[in-house]
Amino acid sequence: MDVLTWLIPVSLVLAGLGLGAFFWALRDRQFDDPLGDASRILKPDWDDHPKP
Amino acid sequence: MAMTMAGPAPAPMACPGCAAAPSADFIASLEAARPARLILSLPTAHCAACMVTIENGLAALPGVLSARVNLTLRRVSIEAAADVTADRMVAALARLGYEAHELDPGLLSATHTERQVQDLLLRLGVAGFAMMNVMLFSVAVWSGAPEATRHLFHWISAAIALPTVAFAGQPFFRSAWASLRVWRLGMDVPISLALILASGISLFETVMGGEQAYFDAAVSLTFFLLAGRYLDLRTRAVARSAAEELAALEVPRALVLRDGAEVLLPLAEVLVGDIVRVRPGARMPTDGVVLDGSSEIDRALLTGESLPAYAGPGSLVSAGEVNLTGPLTLRVTAVGRSSSLHRMADLVAVAESARTRYTSLADRAARIYSPLVHILSFSAFGFWMWQTGGDLRFAINVSAAVLIITCPCALGLAVPAVVTSASGRLFRRGLLIKHGTALERLAEVDTVVFDKTGTLSLGVPQPADLLDHPPQVLAVAAGLVAGSSHPLARALAAALDPVLAAQGLRPALVSDVREVPGFGTEGRWQGKTVRLGRATWVGAAELPVTATWLALDGRTHAFTFADHLRPGAQALVTSLQKQGKRLVLLSGDTTSAVADLAGRLGISDWTAHALPAEKAARVAALMAAGHRVLMVGDGLNDTAALASAHVSISPATALDAARVASDIVLLGQDMEPIAEALRIAVQARRRILENFLIAALYNVVAVPLALAGFATPLAAALAMSTSSVTVSLNALRLR
Repeated sequence: MDVLTWLIPVSLVLAGLGLGAFFWALRDRQFDDPLGDASRILKPDWDDHPKP
Repeated sequence: MAMTMAGPAPAPMACPGCAAAPSADFIASLEAARPARLILSLPTAHCAACMVTIENGLAALPGVLSARVNLTLRRVSIEAAADVTADRMVAALARLGYEAHELDPGLLSATHTERQVQDLLLRLGVAGFAMMNVMLFSVAVWSGAPEATRHLFHWISAAIALPTVAFAGQPFFRSAWASLRVWRLGMDVPISLALILASGISLFETVMGGEQAYFDAAVSLTFFLLAGRYLDLRTRAVARSAAEELAALEVPRALVLRDGAEVLLPLAEVLVGDIVRVRPGARMPTDGVVLDGSSEIDRALLTGESLPAYAGPGSLVSAGEVNLTGPLTLRVTAVGRSSSLHRMADLVAVAESARTRYTSLADRAARIYSPLVHILSFSAFGFWMWQTGGDLRFAINVSAAVLIITCPCALGLAVPAVVTSASGRLFRRGLLIKHGTALERLAEVDTVVFDKTGTLSLGVPQPADLLDHPPQVLAVAAGLVAGSSHPLARALAAALDPVLAAQGLRPALVSDVREVPGFGTEGRWQGKTVRLGRATWVGAAELPVTATWLALDGRTHAFTFADHLRPGAQALVTSLQKQGKRLVLLSGDTTSAVADLAGRLGISDWTAHALPAEKAARVAALMAAGHRVLMVGDGLNDTAALASAHVSISPATALDAARVASDIVLLGQDMEPIAEALRIAVQARRRILENFLIAALYNVVAVPLALAGFATPLAAALAMSTSSVTVSLNALRLR
């Protein structure tokens, strides 16, 4: 079971990365317009003005 | 949920010296170059194609720097050169096929609620992250990890769970403390107690090397409860931001004559005694006396009359009335709070205080639930203390298990999940739920009271008897109305075209057509003067209905008009009658107009010439007789009735005061969604009750186990997760 001493920190770090990504997305206001963003990706033309 | 907005772009520097001492020119150019930021509401935008059409269509206009649609909030924010006005953008959007309204950006800044939503989302994310990890360790423990591993896992769980509960549980602790300070037991007191007890006892067990730890329960409890709280707050934030949007709809400005020049001022800066100009088609910004000009005014929103009234020098006009034909110059007699628009505020205040305080289903459930849980938990503690002869550790364990298992997760999710799902569905159909309990109240409705003008009928009348007139009369009338902007003339022109075309005629050639504001239009046809307008002006006798008269060859011909039904009104009335609701029509309009419309729709219970106080009294009387009244109205004369009804709906075109007083706002033109709303509300209420039942059932099974001391952390986790998931799934069944 010695492998646990590696696996546990590794899993915590990986999950921490996920949490960090969530914080970043939240701070980047990516939850402002979920409906619009979902449709925007389907736009046929090139988006010249991506959200600042 | 706020619009992301970059700061104004700095103007390029003209010369290095300007930076040190900016010249007046430079400041002026800075002012001019500063891009205007316009926010427009787009009630009908709903799909990816709409977004593309609007953004590309607006970006192609000269002066527009960028346009970005927010589909969730149904808004577009435009950055454009300073000379681009909202009116032009609205017109451009109308050409693209979208209804748009200007919004006041000042009222739409990021609000307190939005920060709260963000904050809850953050805590929810942290709790979710911790729950995933702690659950993984718990699975190993439940499946029988050897003692050393179990011990280690308990310590790691503690390291994750304790900070999480301390951080993510703060909303509950704060609210529990607030309610304890005033000696009340809210829903959050048992929640906080369960969180603290579960964490505390688990830490104690971990230190003592015990077998059972409730870290997973503490964290998942936090997660599920936060999810319910987040849904609840988000629904309310969306409704509130939309309500703010409605408040921002009317950007109040007045064209004031100051020192011989016309200046456009915000309404707050207009003083009594100022001279104000009102263009045709504009709304009166203040109360006033007409000094100059003559016109007709539409009082429908204030009194419910559909017939335009004459206004000339000396006439009194009130804020909110619409000037129809000629420009008017007013001397302001009252502004803001003292104007007649606000005079009805007293009536509304009285009606609102009379409205019985409605207790929501969630409150009723909490009132039963909260004391029960505490009594159960403490009696379990007392019983096991006595039974085991003072084994404190075991007794606390049991009482914590009781608190965790009876956890109100399912209760906390029962209402928000359903309300979120239902209001999302209604929002897509163009109904905005402003008030949290509006859906529950809507479900109880058995009587529907309608206003007429502006609600069941649109302000635009329809000619009723065109075919009774000889063709020549029709041709001359068509020639006269062709260039007029009066609503009756426009309606007549639109209706005459197909009639004339069907008879193979063309509009007569009328020369020298001129509009006489307040009276009608006049022209020359075959050398004779012909007139179309008010009865007194052409020399005809008044009729009791909305009509306009044509004077031709010494004879007068009356064109009568009937109200134009709002789309979906007929379908709504039919469907409500099918549902067995009692329908009442209360209008301030004339008897003949109301009788005609009631007859067309099949409403037998109607009242004409109703004053605002009479409307409110009638609604109050119905309520007192035990009926649950839904009031649908738009005018100032409906405001008191809207406030005193059990639940109320007003169209988005209604006056500000009426929208504020109502619980639900109808965003589109079509009325049919109201019937749908009633159906969804009834269903939502049933789902909420089912959810309470499900939550109660889980407790009935699990609580005896916990009381008897057989509850394990695994049982607690299972009961909690399955009940929360079942409740959420049940809410999604809403169709």
